[in-house]
Amino acid sequence: MRVHVDPAKCQGHNRCYALAPELFDVDDYGNAFELNDGVVPAGLEDKARLALANCPEFAISIEE
Amino acid sequence: MSETVYGPVTDWATDFDHGSPAYAANQHKIWDDLKNSGCPIAHTERYGGTWLPLTHEMVHSIAYDTDHFSSEGPVVGQLKPSEVPDRIGAPIGPVPPISSDPPFHNEARRLLLPAFSPKMIDPWRDEVIEICNKLIDDMGDADHIDAALQYSQHIPVMVIARMLGLPVEDGDKFRGWVNLVLSGIGEERTEERMQKFMEFNEYLAYHVTDHKENPREDLISFLLNAEIFGEKLSLEHAVGTVILLLIAGIDTTWSGIGSSLWHLATNSVDRRRLVENPDMIPTAVEEFLRAYAPVTMARVVKEDMEFHGVQMKKEDWVLLPFPAANRDDKQFANAHEVVIDREENRHAAFGLGIHRCLGSNLARLEMNVAVEVFLQRFPDFSVDANEMVTWSTGQVRGPRTLPFVVNARA
Repeated sequence: MRVHVDPAKCQGHNRCYALAPELFDVDDYGNAFELNDGVVPAGLEDKARLALANCPEFAISIEE
Repeated sequence: MSETVYGPVTDWATDFDHGSPAYAANQHKIWDDLKNSGCPIAHTERYGGTWLPLTHEMVHSIAYDTDHFSSEGPVVGQLKPSEVPDRIGAPIGPVPPISSDPPFHNEARRLLLPAFSPKMIDPWRDEVIEICNKLIDDMGDADHIDAALQYSQHIPVMVIARMLGLPVEDGDKFRGWVNLVLSGIGEERTEERMQKFMEFNEYLAYHVTDHKENPREDLISFLLNAEIFGEKLSLEHAVGTVILLLIAGIDTTWSGIGSSLWHLATNSVDRRRLVENPDMIPTAVEEFLRAYAPVTMARVVKEDMEFHGVQMKKEDWVLLPFPAANRDDKQFANAHEVVIDREENRHAAFGLGIHRCLGSNLARLEMNVAVEVFLQRFPDFSVDANEMVTWSTGQVRGPRTLPFVVNARA
Protein backbone atom coordinates (compact mmCIF):
# COMPACT_ATOMS: atom_id res chain seq x y z
CA MET A 1 0.00 0.00 0.00
CA ARG A 2 1.16 3.55 -0.80
CA VAL A 3 -0.20 6.91 0.41
CA HIS A 4 0.13 10.26 -1.31
CA VAL A 5 -0.69 13.85 -0.24
CA ASP A 6 -1.63 16.12 -3.14
CA PRO A 7 0.31 19.31 -2.28
CA ALA A 8 -2.09 21.39 -4.40
CA LYS A 9 -5.02 20.30 -2.23
CA CYS A 10 -3.39 20.16 1.22
CA GLN A 11 -4.22 23.26 3.28
CA GLY A 12 -2.38 22.24 6.44
CA HIS A 13 -5.22 20.92 8.59
CA ASN A 14 -2.65 18.43 9.97
CA ARG A 15 -5.12 15.63 10.53
CA CYS A 16 -2.91 13.04 8.80
CA TYR A 17 0.18 14.03 10.79
CA ALA A 18 -1.81 13.86 14.06
CA LEU A 19 -3.38 10.49 13.27
CA ALA A 20 -0.49 8.72 11.51
CA PRO A 21 2.87 10.37 12.26
CA GLU A 22 4.54 7.14 11.08
CA LEU A 23 3.28 7.84 7.56
CA PHE A 24 3.13 11.65 7.28
CA ASP A 25 5.16 14.65 8.31
CA VAL A 26 4.64 18.43 7.95
CA ASP A 27 6.98 21.15 6.71
CA ASP A 28 7.68 24.51 8.40
CA TYR A 29 4.44 25.89 6.96
CA GLY A 30 2.38 23.02 8.35
CA ASN A 31 1.79 21.42 4.93
CA ALA A 32 1.80 17.62 4.90
CA PHE A 33 3.83 15.16 2.86
CA GLU A 34 4.17 11.37 2.91
CA LEU A 35 7.20 9.68 4.46
CA ASN A 36 9.23 6.86 2.92
CA ASP A 37 7.99 7.60 -0.62
CA GLY A 38 4.50 6.83 0.61
CA VAL A 39 5.19 3.14 1.22
CA VAL A 40 2.98 1.98 4.11
CA PRO A 41 4.79 -0.54 6.36
CA ALA A 42 2.87 -3.76 7.05
CA GLY A 43 0.45 -3.32 9.94
CA LEU A 44 -0.12 0.40 9.38
CA GLU A 45 -2.75 0.05 6.64
CA ASP A 46 -5.60 1.00 8.97
CA LYS A 47 -3.77 4.16 10.00
CA ALA A 48 -3.38 5.12 6.35
CA ARG A 49 -7.11 4.64 5.78
CA LEU A 50 -7.90 6.63 8.94
CA ALA A 51 -5.79 9.56 7.69
CA LEU A 52 -7.57 9.47 4.33
CA ALA A 53 -10.99 9.41 6.02
CA ASN A 54 -10.19 12.51 8.07
CA CYS A 55 -8.71 14.85 5.49
CA PRO A 56 -11.19 17.74 5.05
CA GLU A 57 -9.65 18.71 1.69
CA PHE A 58 -9.68 15.18 0.19
CA ALA A 59 -5.95 15.62 -0.42
CA ILE A 60 -4.88 12.05 0.46
CA SER A 61 -5.01 9.09 -1.91
CA ILE A 62 -4.17 5.41 -1.37
CA GLU A 63 -2.89 2.91 -3.88
CA GLU A 64 -3.43 -0.71 -2.83
CA MET B 1 -31.30 39.67 24.66
CA SER B 2 -32.60 42.26 22.21
CA GLU B 3 -33.55 41.73 18.58
CA THR B 4 -31.33 43.36 15.96
CA VAL B 5 -32.20 46.70 14.34
CA TYR B 6 -34.05 44.70 11.67
CA GLY B 7 -36.73 43.32 13.99
CA PRO B 8 -38.16 39.80 14.27
CA VAL B 9 -37.75 37.34 11.37
CA THR B 10 -40.94 36.72 9.37
CA ASP B 11 -39.70 33.90 7.13
CA TRP B 12 -36.37 32.02 7.38
CA ALA B 13 -36.13 31.34 3.62
CA THR B 14 -36.52 34.97 2.50
CA ASP B 15 -35.92 37.11 5.59
CA PHE B 16 -33.44 35.27 7.84
CA ASP B 17 -31.28 37.06 10.40
CA HIS B 18 -28.18 35.11 11.44
CA GLY B 19 -27.46 37.83 14.05
CA SER B 20 -30.73 37.27 15.89
CA PRO B 21 -31.15 35.40 19.19
CA ALA B 22 -33.74 33.16 17.48
CA TYR B 23 -31.12 31.94 14.98
CA ALA B 24 -28.58 31.31 17.74
CA ALA B 25 -31.12 29.30 19.71
CA ASN B 26 -32.68 27.25 16.87
CA GLN B 27 -30.16 27.07 14.04
CA HIS B 28 -30.12 23.29 13.65
CA LYS B 29 -33.89 23.19 13.24
CA ILE B 30 -33.87 26.25 10.97
CA TRP B 31 -31.35 24.59 8.59
CA ASP B 32 -33.27 21.29 8.57
CA ASP B 33 -36.62 22.99 7.93
CA LEU B 34 -35.13 25.05 5.09
CA LYS B 35 -33.49 22.05 3.43
CA ASN B 36 -36.59 19.87 3.89
CA SER B 37 -38.75 22.54 2.29
CA GLY B 38 -36.50 22.53 -0.79
CA CYS B 39 -34.55 25.68 0.06
CA PRO B 40 -30.84 24.80 0.24
CA ILE B 41 -29.88 28.49 0.01
CA ALA B 42 -31.78 31.15 1.96
CA HIS B 43 -31.78 34.89 1.32
CA THR B 44 -32.45 38.04 3.32
CA GLU B 45 -32.53 41.73 2.46
CA ARG B 46 -31.02 42.39 5.88
CA TYR B 47 -27.45 43.71 6.07
CA GLY B 48 -27.93 44.99 2.52
CA GLY B 49 -28.57 41.54 1.02
CA THR B 50 -27.19 38.24 2.38
CA TRP B 51 -27.21 34.58 1.26
CA LEU B 52 -27.10 31.47 3.46
CA PRO B 53 -26.11 28.27 1.58
CA LEU B 54 -26.69 25.15 3.66
CA THR B 55 -25.16 22.12 1.93
CA HIS B 56 -21.58 20.94 2.31
CA GLU B 57 -21.24 21.01 -1.48
CA MET B 58 -22.24 24.69 -1.76
CA VAL B 59 -20.15 25.81 1.20
CA HIS B 60 -17.18 23.88 -0.19
CA SER B 61 -17.51 25.35 -3.69
CA ILE B 62 -17.84 28.97 -2.46
CA ALA B 63 -14.87 28.58 -0.11
CA TYR B 64 -12.78 27.38 -3.09
CA ASP B 65 -14.04 29.96 -5.58
CA THR B 66 -11.88 32.99 -4.83
CA ASP B 67 -12.48 34.28 -8.39
CA HIS B 68 -16.12 35.11 -7.68
CA PHE B 69 -16.19 35.49 -3.89
CA SER B 70 -13.95 37.96 -2.05
CA SER B 71 -12.86 37.67 1.59
CA GLU B 72 -12.67 41.43 2.09
CA GLY B 73 -15.65 41.24 4.47
CA PRO B 74 -15.24 38.11 6.62
CA VAL B 75 -17.85 39.33 9.14
CA VAL B 76 -21.24 40.53 7.87
CA GLY B 77 -22.07 44.05 9.01
CA GLN B 78 -24.67 46.71 8.35
CA LEU B 79 -22.24 48.51 6.03
CA LYS B 80 -20.85 46.82 2.92
CA PRO B 81 -17.02 46.85 2.78
CA SER B 82 -17.12 49.64 0.16
CA GLU B 83 -19.31 51.77 2.48
CA VAL B 84 -16.91 51.68 5.43
CA PRO B 85 -14.91 54.94 5.64
CA ASP B 86 -11.10 54.79 5.30
CA ARG B 87 -11.19 51.07 4.69
CA ILE B 88 -8.40 49.05 3.11
CA GLY B 89 -10.08 47.20 0.25
CA ALA B 90 -9.39 43.94 -1.63
CA PRO B 91 -7.04 42.21 -2.13
CA ILE B 92 -5.53 43.19 1.27
CA GLY B 93 -8.56 44.05 3.42
CA PRO B 94 -8.47 45.48 6.94
CA VAL B 95 -7.25 42.37 8.80
CA PRO B 96 -4.87 40.35 6.57
CA PRO B 97 -4.72 37.51 5.72
CA ILE B 98 -8.31 36.55 6.68
CA SER B 99 -9.62 39.58 4.75
CA SER B 100 -7.23 39.10 1.80
CA ASP B 101 -7.66 37.57 -1.65
CA PRO B 102 -5.05 35.93 -3.91
CA PRO B 103 -2.34 36.63 -4.81
CA PHE B 104 -1.69 38.96 -1.83
CA HIS B 105 -3.30 36.44 0.53
CA ASN B 106 -0.70 33.77 -0.10
CA GLU B 107 2.19 36.02 0.91
CA ALA B 108 0.46 37.46 3.98
CA ARG B 109 -0.46 33.96 5.13
CA ARG B 110 2.94 32.36 4.47
CA LEU B 111 4.40 34.95 6.78
CA LEU B 112 2.33 33.66 9.71
CA LEU B 113 2.11 29.93 8.98
CA PRO B 114 5.43 28.91 10.58
CA ALA B 115 4.47 30.53 13.91
CA PHE B 116 1.31 28.38 14.04
CA SER B 117 2.65 25.10 12.64
CA PRO B 118 2.24 21.98 14.82
CA LYS B 119 5.91 21.90 15.70
CA MET B 120 5.79 25.47 17.03
CA ILE B 121 2.46 25.01 18.82
CA ASP B 122 3.04 21.61 20.53
CA PRO B 123 5.62 23.05 22.97
CA TRP B 124 2.86 25.28 24.46
CA ARG B 125 1.14 22.19 25.85
CA ASP B 126 2.61 22.35 29.38
CA GLU B 127 1.74 26.01 29.68
CA VAL B 128 -1.87 25.37 28.65
CA ILE B 129 -2.10 22.51 31.20
CA GLU B 130 -0.83 24.89 33.88
CA ILE B 131 -3.32 27.62 32.90
CA CYS B 132 -6.25 25.17 33.01
CA ASN B 133 -5.26 23.74 36.39
CA LYS B 134 -4.76 27.20 37.85
CA LEU B 135 -8.26 28.26 36.72
CA ILE B 136 -9.73 25.22 38.47
CA ASP B 137 -7.62 25.84 41.60
CA ASP B 138 -9.08 29.37 41.68
CA MET B 139 -12.62 27.93 41.93
CA GLY B 140 -11.77 26.62 45.43
CA ASP B 141 -14.26 24.14 46.89
CA ALA B 142 -17.34 25.62 45.23
CA ASP B 143 -19.97 23.09 44.13
CA HIS B 144 -21.59 25.61 41.78
CA ILE B 145 -19.29 26.93 39.07
CA ASP B 146 -19.61 28.63 35.69
CA ALA B 147 -17.46 26.71 33.24
CA ALA B 148 -17.74 29.48 30.62
CA LEU B 149 -17.05 32.50 32.83
CA GLN B 150 -14.54 30.87 35.19
CA TYR B 151 -12.82 28.48 32.78
CA SER B 152 -13.27 28.31 29.01
CA GLN B 153 -13.29 32.06 28.30
CA HIS B 154 -9.92 32.60 30.01
CA ILE B 155 -7.85 29.89 28.33
CA PRO B 156 -7.48 31.29 24.78
CA VAL B 157 -7.09 34.86 26.04
CA MET B 158 -4.21 33.95 28.34
CA VAL B 159 -2.45 31.94 25.64
CA ILE B 160 -2.77 34.46 22.78
CA ALA B 161 -1.82 37.39 25.04
CA ARG B 162 1.40 35.57 25.93
CA MET B 163 2.10 34.72 22.29
CA LEU B 164 1.51 38.30 21.10
CA GLY B 165 3.29 39.92 24.02
CA LEU B 166 0.34 41.78 25.54
CA PRO B 167 -0.38 41.99 29.30
CA VAL B 168 -2.20 38.79 30.35
CA GLU B 169 -4.19 40.75 32.97
CA ASP B 170 -5.91 42.73 30.16
CA GLY B 171 -8.06 39.69 29.33
CA ASP B 172 -11.32 41.43 30.26
CA LYS B 173 -10.53 44.30 27.91
CA PHE B 174 -9.79 41.93 24.98
CA ARG B 175 -13.03 40.07 25.52
CA GLY B 176 -14.98 43.34 25.56
CA TRP B 177 -13.51 44.33 22.20
CA VAL B 178 -14.04 40.90 20.68
CA ASN B 179 -17.66 41.08 21.72
CA LEU B 180 -17.93 44.52 20.14
CA VAL B 181 -16.68 43.26 16.78
CA LEU B 182 -18.42 39.88 16.62
CA SER B 183 -21.64 39.94 18.61
CA GLY B 184 -22.98 43.42 18.03
CA ILE B 185 -23.42 43.13 14.25
CA GLY B 186 -27.12 43.98 14.24
CA GLU B 187 -26.98 46.63 16.96
CA GLU B 188 -27.22 50.34 16.35
CA ARG B 189 -24.00 52.21 15.67
CA THR B 190 -24.11 54.23 18.85
CA GLU B 191 -21.66 56.81 20.11
CA GLU B 192 -20.71 54.36 22.87
CA ARG B 193 -19.79 51.61 20.38
CA MET B 194 -17.68 54.04 18.34
CA GLN B 195 -15.94 55.14 21.54
CA LYS B 196 -15.04 51.53 22.36
CA PHE B 197 -13.59 50.98 18.87
CA MET B 198 -11.43 54.08 19.41
CA GLU B 199 -10.18 52.72 22.75
CA PHE B 200 -9.27 49.42 21.09
CA ASN B 201 -7.24 51.21 18.42
CA GLU B 202 -5.49 53.41 20.96
CA TYR B 203 -4.64 50.41 23.13
CA LEU B 204 -3.07 48.59 20.17
CA ALA B 205 -1.23 51.69 18.96
CA TYR B 206 0.30 52.06 22.43
CA HIS B 207 1.53 48.45 22.61
CA VAL B 208 2.78 48.37 19.03
CA THR B 209 4.82 51.55 19.61
CA ASP B 210 6.16 50.05 22.83
CA HIS B 211 7.25 46.93 20.91
CA LYS B 212 8.93 49.10 18.29
CA GLU B 213 10.96 50.85 20.97
CA ASN B 214 11.59 47.71 23.02
CA PRO B 215 11.64 44.68 20.70
CA ARG B 216 11.25 41.26 22.32
CA GLU B 217 10.64 37.61 21.46
CA ASP B 218 6.94 37.65 20.67
CA LEU B 219 4.54 37.80 17.74
CA ILE B 220 4.09 41.58 17.75
CA SER B 221 7.86 42.10 17.46
CA PHE B 222 7.96 39.40 14.78
CA LEU B 223 5.27 41.21 12.75
CA LEU B 224 7.02 44.56 13.07
CA ASN B 225 10.16 43.02 11.56
CA ALA B 226 8.44 40.83 8.98
CA GLU B 227 8.71 41.61 5.28
CA ILE B 228 6.30 41.15 2.42
CA PHE B 229 7.38 41.54 -1.22
CA GLY B 230 10.81 42.65 0.06
CA GLU B 231 9.48 45.45 2.27
CA LYS B 232 8.55 45.77 5.94
CA LEU B 233 4.83 45.35 6.62
CA SER B 234 2.93 48.61 6.67
CA LEU B 235 1.83 49.65 10.17
CA GLU B 236 -1.82 49.14 9.12
CA HIS B 237 -1.02 45.59 8.02
CA ALA B 238 0.84 44.75 11.24
CA VAL B 239 -1.84 46.25 13.50
CA GLY B 240 -4.60 44.63 11.40
CA THR B 241 -2.96 41.25 11.85
CA VAL B 242 -2.65 41.77 15.62
CA ILE B 243 -6.38 42.59 15.72
CA LEU B 244 -7.08 39.46 13.70
CA LEU B 245 -5.00 37.18 15.95
CA LEU B 246 -6.62 38.63 19.05
CA ILE B 247 -10.18 38.43 17.74
CA ALA B 248 -10.00 35.20 15.79
CA GLY B 249 -8.35 33.25 18.60
CA ILE B 250 -10.50 34.21 21.55
CA ASP B 251 -14.23 33.88 20.95
CA THR B 252 -13.87 30.88 18.69
CA THR B 253 -11.80 28.67 21.02
CA TRP B 254 -13.81 29.80 24.04
CA SER B 255 -16.88 28.60 22.13
CA GLY B 256 -15.28 25.30 21.15
CA ILE B 257 -14.23 24.50 24.71
CA GLY B 258 -17.58 25.63 26.12
CA SER B 259 -19.65 23.55 23.68
CA SER B 260 -17.53 20.46 24.42
CA LEU B 261 -18.04 20.87 28.18
CA TRP B 262 -21.76 21.55 27.67
CA HIS B 263 -22.05 18.29 25.72
CA LEU B 264 -20.27 16.37 28.48
CA ALA B 265 -22.45 17.98 31.17
CA THR B 266 -25.60 16.90 29.35
CA ASN B 267 -24.43 13.43 28.14
CA SER B 268 -23.27 11.40 31.13
CA VAL B 269 -22.50 8.28 29.07
CA ASP B 270 -20.05 10.18 26.87
CA ARG B 271 -18.57 11.90 29.93
CA ARG B 272 -17.95 8.59 31.71
CA ARG B 273 -16.37 7.07 28.59
CA LEU B 274 -13.88 9.93 28.36
CA VAL B 275 -13.12 9.89 32.11
CA GLU B 276 -12.35 6.16 31.85
CA ASN B 277 -10.57 6.43 28.48
CA PRO B 278 -8.77 9.77 28.23
CA ASP B 279 -7.02 8.44 25.08
CA MET B 280 -10.34 8.92 23.30
CA ILE B 281 -10.37 12.68 23.96
CA PRO B 282 -8.67 13.77 20.69
CA THR B 283 -11.21 11.81 18.60
CA ALA B 284 -14.08 13.15 20.72
CA VAL B 285 -12.83 16.72 20.32
CA GLU B 286 -12.95 16.31 16.52
CA GLU B 287 -16.57 15.24 16.84
CA PHE B 288 -17.37 18.22 19.09
CA LEU B 289 -15.75 20.40 16.43
CA ARG B 290 -17.96 18.83 13.78
CA ALA B 291 -21.23 18.89 15.71
CA TYR B 292 -20.76 22.27 17.45
CA ALA B 293 -18.48 24.06 14.97
CA PRO B 294 -18.36 27.61 16.32
CA VAL B 295 -17.48 29.59 13.21
CA THR B 296 -19.44 30.84 10.21
CA MET B 297 -17.38 32.97 7.81
CA ALA B 298 -18.57 35.37 5.11
CA ARG B 299 -17.64 36.32 1.56
CA VAL B 300 -18.60 39.23 -0.70
CA VAL B 301 -19.88 38.62 -4.25
CA LYS B 302 -17.45 40.26 -6.71
CA GLU B 303 -19.78 40.68 -9.72
CA ASP B 304 -23.43 39.84 -10.50
CA MET B 305 -23.63 36.07 -11.02
CA GLU B 306 -25.82 32.99 -10.95
CA PHE B 307 -25.18 30.37 -8.28
CA HIS B 308 -27.22 27.13 -8.06
CA GLY B 309 -30.19 28.85 -9.70
CA VAL B 310 -30.19 32.07 -7.65
CA GLN B 311 -29.11 35.52 -8.88
CA MET B 312 -26.42 36.99 -6.65
CA LYS B 313 -25.66 40.70 -6.95
CA LYS B 314 -22.32 42.41 -6.74
CA GLU B 315 -21.49 43.15 -3.08
CA ASP B 316 -24.09 40.75 -1.66
CA TRP B 317 -22.85 38.98 1.46
CA VAL B 318 -22.57 35.19 1.35
CA LEU B 319 -22.33 33.33 4.64
CA LEU B 320 -20.24 30.16 4.86
CA PRO B 321 -21.97 28.23 7.65
CA PHE B 322 -19.36 25.54 8.29
CA PRO B 323 -21.55 24.28 11.17
CA ALA B 324 -24.37 23.56 8.66
CA ALA B 325 -21.96 21.86 6.23
CA ASN B 326 -20.85 19.67 9.14
CA ARG B 327 -24.41 18.45 9.65
CA ASP B 328 -25.07 17.60 5.99
CA ASP B 329 -26.15 13.96 5.83
CA LYS B 330 -24.82 13.63 2.28
CA GLN B 331 -21.33 14.11 3.72
CA PHE B 332 -21.61 12.51 7.18
CA ALA B 333 -23.28 9.30 8.34
CA ASN B 334 -25.72 10.00 11.21
CA ALA B 335 -24.92 13.68 10.77
CA HIS B 336 -27.32 14.74 13.52
CA GLU B 337 -25.90 12.42 16.16
CA VAL B 338 -22.85 13.20 18.25
CA VAL B 339 -20.69 10.06 17.96
CA ILE B 340 -17.60 10.65 20.08
CA ASP B 341 -15.64 7.81 18.47
CA ARG B 342 -16.56 8.72 14.88
CA GLU B 343 -13.79 7.30 12.70
CA GLU B 344 -14.48 9.08 9.42
CA ASN B 345 -14.67 12.80 10.11
CA ARG B 346 -13.83 15.27 7.34
CA HIS B 347 -15.45 18.15 9.21
CA ALA B 348 -15.02 21.73 8.06
CA ALA B 349 -14.95 23.45 11.48
CA PHE B 350 -11.71 25.22 10.55
CA GLY B 351 -12.90 26.11 7.08
CA LEU B 352 -11.99 24.74 3.66
CA GLY B 353 -9.56 25.94 1.03
CA ILE B 354 -6.95 28.68 1.24
CA HIS B 355 -8.41 30.36 4.36
CA ARG B 356 -8.16 27.26 6.59
CA CYS B 357 -7.99 28.63 10.15
CA LEU B 358 -4.41 29.68 10.75
CA GLY B 359 -4.71 28.91 14.45
CA SER B 360 -6.27 25.46 14.10
CA ASN B 361 -3.31 23.68 15.72
CA LEU B 362 -3.44 26.03 18.69
CA ALA B 363 -7.23 25.76 18.98
CA ARG B 364 -7.02 21.95 18.93
CA LEU B 365 -4.32 21.96 21.59
CA GLU B 366 -6.35 24.27 23.84
CA MET B 367 -9.57 22.28 23.36
CA ASN B 368 -7.89 18.94 24.04
CA VAL B 369 -6.05 20.14 27.15
CA ALA B 370 -9.11 22.04 28.46
CA VAL B 371 -11.32 18.94 28.21
CA GLU B 372 -8.63 16.63 29.58
CA VAL B 373 -7.87 18.77 32.66
CA PHE B 374 -11.55 19.51 33.36
CA LEU B 375 -12.42 15.78 33.33
CA GLN B 376 -9.39 14.94 35.49
CA ARG B 377 -10.38 17.45 38.12
CA PHE B 378 -14.20 17.13 37.80
CA PRO B 379 -15.01 13.55 36.77
CA ASP B 380 -18.73 14.18 37.39
CA PHE B 381 -20.60 17.41 36.66
CA SER B 382 -24.00 18.47 35.30
CA VAL B 383 -25.88 21.59 34.27
CA ASP B 384 -27.39 23.46 37.24
CA ALA B 385 -31.14 23.06 36.66
CA ASN B 386 -31.88 26.35 38.45
CA GLU B 387 -29.74 28.46 36.13
CA MET B 388 -29.74 29.26 32.39
CA VAL B 389 -27.13 28.28 29.81
CA THR B 390 -26.88 31.23 27.38
CA TRP B 391 -25.48 31.19 23.84
CA SER B 392 -23.76 33.90 21.80
CA THR B 393 -25.31 35.46 18.71
CA GLY B 394 -23.62 36.22 15.38
CA GLN B 395 -21.02 34.34 13.34
CA VAL B 396 -19.32 32.69 16.33
CA ARG B 397 -21.56 30.40 18.33
CA GLY B 398 -20.90 28.98 21.77
CA PRO B 399 -22.14 29.03 25.36
CA ARG B 400 -21.50 32.31 27.19
CA THR B 401 -22.65 31.03 30.57
CA LEU B 402 -22.33 27.41 31.70
CA PRO B 403 -23.70 27.04 35.24
CA PHE B 404 -22.56 23.60 36.39
CA VAL B 405 -22.92 21.59 39.58
CA VAL B 406 -19.75 19.71 40.48
CA ASN B 407 -20.83 16.25 41.65
CA ALA B 408 -17.35 14.81 42.16
CA ARG B 409 -13.84 16.18 42.18
CA ALA B 410 -10.48 14.47 42.06
